[in-house]
Amino acid sequence: MKLHEYQVKRLFARHGIPTPAGRVAASALEAQQIAVELGKPVILKVQVLINGRGKSGGILLAKTPVEAFEVATSLFSLRPKDLPVRKVLVDEVIPISQEIYLGIIIDRSLRLPVLMATAEGGANIEELILDKPEKVFRVLIDPLVGLHEYQVRELAASIDLPRSNWRAFASIAFSLWQIFIETNALMIEINPLVLTPEEKLVALDGKIDLDENAINLHPDLAELRDTDVESPLEAEARKFNMTYLHHAGGDIGVIVNGAGLCMATLDTLHIYDGRPANFMDIGKDPTPSKIYTAFKIVSSNSEISVILFNIFGGLIPCDEIAQGILTAISQKPGLPAVVRLDGVRAAEGCKLLEKSGVTVTASLAEAAARAIALAHGEKNEYFGQ
Amino acid sequence: MSILVNKSTRLLIQGITGREGLYHAQKMLLSGTSIVAGVTPGKGGEWMIGGKIPVFDSVHLAYEISGANAALVFVPAHTAPDAIFEAADAGVPLIICITEGIPIYQMLRINAYLKQKGIRLIGPKSPGIISPGECCAGIIPPEVSSPGNIGVVSRAGTLTFTILENLKQAGLGVSTCVGIGSDPIIGTSFKDILEMFEADPHTEKVVLVGEIGGKDEEEAASYIPQMTKPVCAYIAGLTAQANKRYGHAGAIIERGAGLAVDKNLSLVAAGVRMARHPEELPELLS
Repeated sequence: MKLHEYQVKRLFARHGIPTPAGRVAASALEAQQIAVELGKPVILKVQVLINGRGKSGGILLAKTPVEAFEVATSLFSLRPKDLPVRKVLVDEVIPISQEIYLGIIIDRSLRLPVLMATAEGGANIEELILDKPEKVFRVLIDPLVGLHEYQVRELAASIDLPRSNWRAFASIAFSLWQIFIETNALMIEINPLVLTPEEKLVALDGKIDLDENAINLHPDLAELRDTDVESPLEAEARKFNMTYLHHAGGDIGVIVNGAGLCMATLDTLHIYDGRPANFMDIGKDPTPSKIYTAFKIVSSNSEISVILFNIFGGLIPCDEIAQGILTAISQKPGLPAVVRLDGVRAAEGCKLLEKSGVTVTASLAEAAARAIALAHGEKNEYFGQ
Repeated sequence: MSILVNKSTRLLIQGITGREGLYHAQKMLLSGTSIVAGVTPGKGGEWMIGGKIPVFDSVHLAYEISGANAALVFVPAHTAPDAIFEAADAGVPLIICITEGIPIYQMLRINAYLKQKGIRLIGPKSPGIISPGECCAGIIPPEVSSPGNIGVVSRAGTLTFTILENLKQAGLGVSTCVGIGSDPIIGTSFKDILEMFEADPHTEKVVLVGEIGGKDEEEAASYIPQMTKPVCAYIAGLTAQANKRYGHAGAIIERGAGLAVDKNLSLVAAGVRMARHPEELPELLS
């Protein structure tokens, strides 16, 4: 779960990382008020969870409070990547002599947190990491011991930071590590961490991505979730511990238990030139109530003309699953269903479905073919049942 | 005829008194697996499953008295890290973690700790390990596979079960199937398991089932050319969009990495025969 810049900066400030003076505004009038309070030129930044806000015109300067009002008015009317602008951060303008990148990420292969820095921070950091990896310096953190001061000194030396700033740099790095642990972050970064002409280090922008597995340990952070970035259907599915993802242009609704099996179902449809409309993983236990909820979510997409279930029964046996499917699909009698059922008491489950006239297939490839045929408006009899 | 678990595996189950733990313990017993102890703090002294399995308050006690040599973790996510540390400190050499939803920072600490102790962890969010006819340690349904000479290693759960069933229907038996788990930080990688299959005299061919996210498949691809045994693979998520988590915590394409197509290319370059969808695997193996 990603946090907004202003939320990240509040965490930074609470942990002693220097940030520009400023506040977040919910209206252009409030933005003007903040500019008055700051009494100097300001930078206005849309608070929207996308990459490259600056490049898409979401970051602008204003010299006076009146100008801040005008700029904020235009920013609030933007829809970057089709997301609404609900908040604009108004910060004092900080003079920059150098932009540094400092962040902690998790290296999945090494299974370790890594503190990363480069002297060439800023908007093009992703390209720099790919194209000039030799300019990016890393130290590995032992999670049982934590970050060492010497590691931070080595990093400061690697990026040619003036010695007079080493102490401030170390304090910032340790605060980052502290926040990383305390919030269960997967990634935390300051980009840019600027060196001002007065040789002060200030965090001008920051990102945090939180571990969804730990979000219930942090109710204060969970409240900060931006629901604009997920569709209402995605949010609804998440409430029931299911994962729904919309695939644009699809006409086949998909419901599967297990993420791997669901991806495989989408792949199979794709190979046979079918167009899946969604990913829907209902979790490993396909209880009738989960199936019902999943069906409600998937079938609320008016683009779909057929629904494909691919379920493996275990702890919840297939006859119970079949009952769940029958109850669910009875809500939309006009929407044909294709079912592939496997696992404990599969024969009993399939019999139940067939008795009610539901198309049941033995293989995934066959299920895909039938769903595609139905989506193309061909009748069920196409396969000569 | 197997790796990691076999006829001499004596399982200890942490969380045996929970609904899931109990259900799967019963299935494992029916398949002939030797379960020697259960651990549920506060329920020591009880006997489970018709008086067959003694329950202990601590892993230490259970391990000492029962002579277990592997631990299977079913406890909920918030207590699972403690359960793994407890098994490690008791000295259990193999820990298989079924639990899903363990915070990733905890998994980083656990991995660092287990590495120091030389303890093997499978998972978390693993469906477990099965060596058909010998031992079933986890939630892989014993009835979907039969003994044979194909090694299977997979990140998935239910997808793995359907692949095992497809192999069985095609008359192909399995030496061992290992579910390494679908979290971003897991104890044992594809490459680790491939090395074990390469060394196992009873495994003749290997099936690798990967998915989007991370670089574990690419690392496996860099090892495969050194293997003498043929490998077939399927990577799930060819149709996945970037920056979205596909159900599994580890199944995400981010910063341009973790694409199924890149994994496919690496594996093809390593001489692996690729299936476009899971039901093509049996044909590639025969």
